[in-house]
Amino acid sequence: MSTEQTQQSFAESIPDRERIERPELGSADEPIIVCEDVHKWYGQFHVLRGVNMQVRKGEVVVIFGPSGSGKSTFIRCINRLEEHQKGRIIVDGIELSHDVRNIAAIRKEVGMVFQQFNLFPHLTVLQNITLGPIYVRKWDKQKAEEIAMQLLERVGIPEQAHKYPGQLSGGQQQRVAIARALAMQPKIMLFDEPTSALDPEMIKEVLEVMEELAASGMTMLVVTHEMGFARAVADTMYFFDQGQIVESGPPEQIFENPQEDRTKLFLSQILQH
Amino acid sequence: MTTLTPTKDVLPPPTERSTVLGWMKKNLFGSIGDSILTILGGAFLVWMIYTLIVWITTKAEWAVVTDNLQLFMKGQYPADADWRLWFLLFLLAVIVGLMWGIAIKRPTGAGWTLLIVPIVLAAWLFTLERSSWWRLLVIDVLAIIGYLLGKRYPSKLSRITYLLALLYMPIVILIVRGFGEDGFLFYVPTNLWGGLLLSLLLAIFAIVFSFPIGVLLALGRQSKLPAVKGLSVLYIELIRGVPLITLLFMGQLMLPLFLPAGITIDRVLRAIVAMIMFAAAYMAENVRGGLQSIPKGQYEAADAIGLSGWQKMVFIILPQALRAVIPVLVGQFIGLFKDTTLVALLGLLDLLGIARGVLANPNYIGRQLEVFTFIGLIYWVFSYGMSYGSQRLEAVLGVGER
Ligand SMILES: Nc1ncnc2c1ncn2[C@@H]1O[C@H](COP(=O)(O)OP(=O)(O)OP(=O)(O)O)[C@@H](O)[C@H]1O
Ligand SMILES: [Mg+2]
Repeated sequence: MSTEQTQQSFAESIPDRERIERPELGSADEPIIVCEDVHKWYGQFHVLRGVNMQVRKGEVVVIFGPSGSGKSTFIRCINRLEEHQKGRIIVDGIELSHDVRNIAAIRKEVGMVFQQFNLFPHLTVLQNITLGPIYVRKWDKQKAEEIAMQLLERVGIPEQAHKYPGQLSGGQQQRVAIARALAMQPKIMLFDEPTSALDPEMIKEVLEVMEELAASGMTMLVVTHEMGFARAVADTMYFFDQGQIVESGPPEQIFENPQEDRTKLFLSQILQH
Repeated sequence: MTTLTPTKDVLPPPTERSTVLGWMKKNLFGSIGDSILTILGGAFLVWMIYTLIVWITTKAEWAVVTDNLQLFMKGQYPADADWRLWFLLFLLAVIVGLMWGIAIKRPTGAGWTLLIVPIVLAAWLFTLERSSWWRLLVIDVLAIIGYLLGKRYPSKLSRITYLLALLYMPIVILIVRGFGEDGFLFYVPTNLWGGLLLSLLLAIFAIVFSFPIGVLLALGRQSKLPAVKGLSVLYIELIRGVPLITLLFMGQLMLPLFLPAGITIDRVLRAIVAMIMFAAAYMAENVRGGLQSIPKGQYEAADAIGLSGWQKMVFIILPQALRAVIPVLVGQFIGLFKDTTLVALLGLLDLLGIARGVLANPNYIGRQLEVFTFIGLIYWVFSYGMSYGSQRLEAVLGVGER
């Protein structure tokens, strides 16, 4: 790590912003997510090739890397939308296995936000948000709706509660999706390229919500190429390539002094204007 | 002092003003060719309508229909049990009225049409026999009362209304069939059920039961369990390979082979079962089409918030899948309704069976055109009603908008 190479910094290309104030991270001895040597194949294709990661409570992790490198696949293994075939994934003390009860237990604690929002188009915004709390958490409708309204307030669109997703802008839809995930009161939030399907002016409103969430101490795994967000919020960044973690570290290190050639190449590609 | 004041008001969208003449000029007489076609087509249409009206009013002998109206409506169903059928109609009127008041809350074109139909029929009946016409008006009165009550007390009445709607079919069976030797609800064997009564019962039962079975089969076909999937596929493909009429005959002729001697199943019931089995297979394929139109992201989002497999299906996937296939399903329902005519070939006296029976009567020789026009009109009215209802349902549910 210390051998002096040609140092290349990308910090110039990223808008310099103040770090977001956040509560203390949980102890490194009790990580909330542990991934050990995770492998996955699609048929013959080896998508994940031994991924190791530990995430502390309250930590914000940013995952980036080229298309097809397995970022989505990895993050989806954490709430078992995909199955890993080798290695171990332990989330909040529960090891992911074929046991259906484990999967159900973990999905209660892990919220997910998708690139394509995936809101339920036949339900109103409020119904989208309260469905999980009512049928999975078994809250009564009134309590679920109160909390849903608070969340809509928090993501800035309380007036949209009774509309259908199709009547909202992309940015609004993604904020509803975040509220829907939060309504389950998860301990961990997964974001898979939450802003990639959005027009530039809407990206900001979604990132602001995510920053506020980070500031509140939520544990977050975010696949994104929004480097400004990473710089202001991330604790650790992981660079994925060909199903492996090529390099990881705090944003200062990744941006100011990346070690691996592949990381440098990728950063230079996405940051050039 | 010329200032450019910005328009303060939000402007309405420009409306295209069209006059009848303008429309005709544009659409009917755009060119010489168009004009010739329009004139020829128009002349042909006028001639046809004229001929038809002349036939209906002067040449046709409608006695065959009016004399046998009872038969067409209910077959041999005993006259002293007539009140039961009227009662069921009255009950239906109240339920529809209540639901209209609770859910739609305003009179619409469809509502007025529904009210006008009994009035027209009553007027017609009045000219024929002057006995039961007023009962048709009772239907309207009850429907209006239901509507007003439903609109007034929606929250108080909604539970009982939906309960009644749910129980309506069992009530129908109980009352139409009856039980016991005598008494006021004496048993009426199914071989006396006939005419429109039988056609409607066949169709409604086939629709109501094949629908859930079809949905289950569609889900079964997508199941990850090989046995469930295999059986579903086997069933669907077997049934779809056989014409309905074959199934109906098999039900009539083959089923008794498998039953112990002495046990017989009612012929009408056998026909209904065959129709349900047949319809369910097609229903399954239509529903499967809907299921396949749901993007993967919907399943994933439902999984991600922790819904169980059943919850995911019931709350997320099926509502969207079924909504997407409403037009196809209603098309199938209409087809099924018309397919009930096949039971006439088994000797059951549904509307078509009655028609054949009536035409076999030497008094009515040569009256085919009148009889088939009449029953054709009945089939059309119900089929179009379903079609129209489905269009309204689609509009209400916003299919295609989202
Ligand atoms: N269901 C699947 N079946 C087969 N191959 C798949 C499947 N899903 C993904 N893959 C392949 O796995 C690889 C990793 O996909 P993944 O979606 O995880 O990449 P990613 O890093 O998220 O890329 P992107 O930035 O484009 O989203 C890709 O090569 C992809 O083609
Ligand atoms: Mg991806």
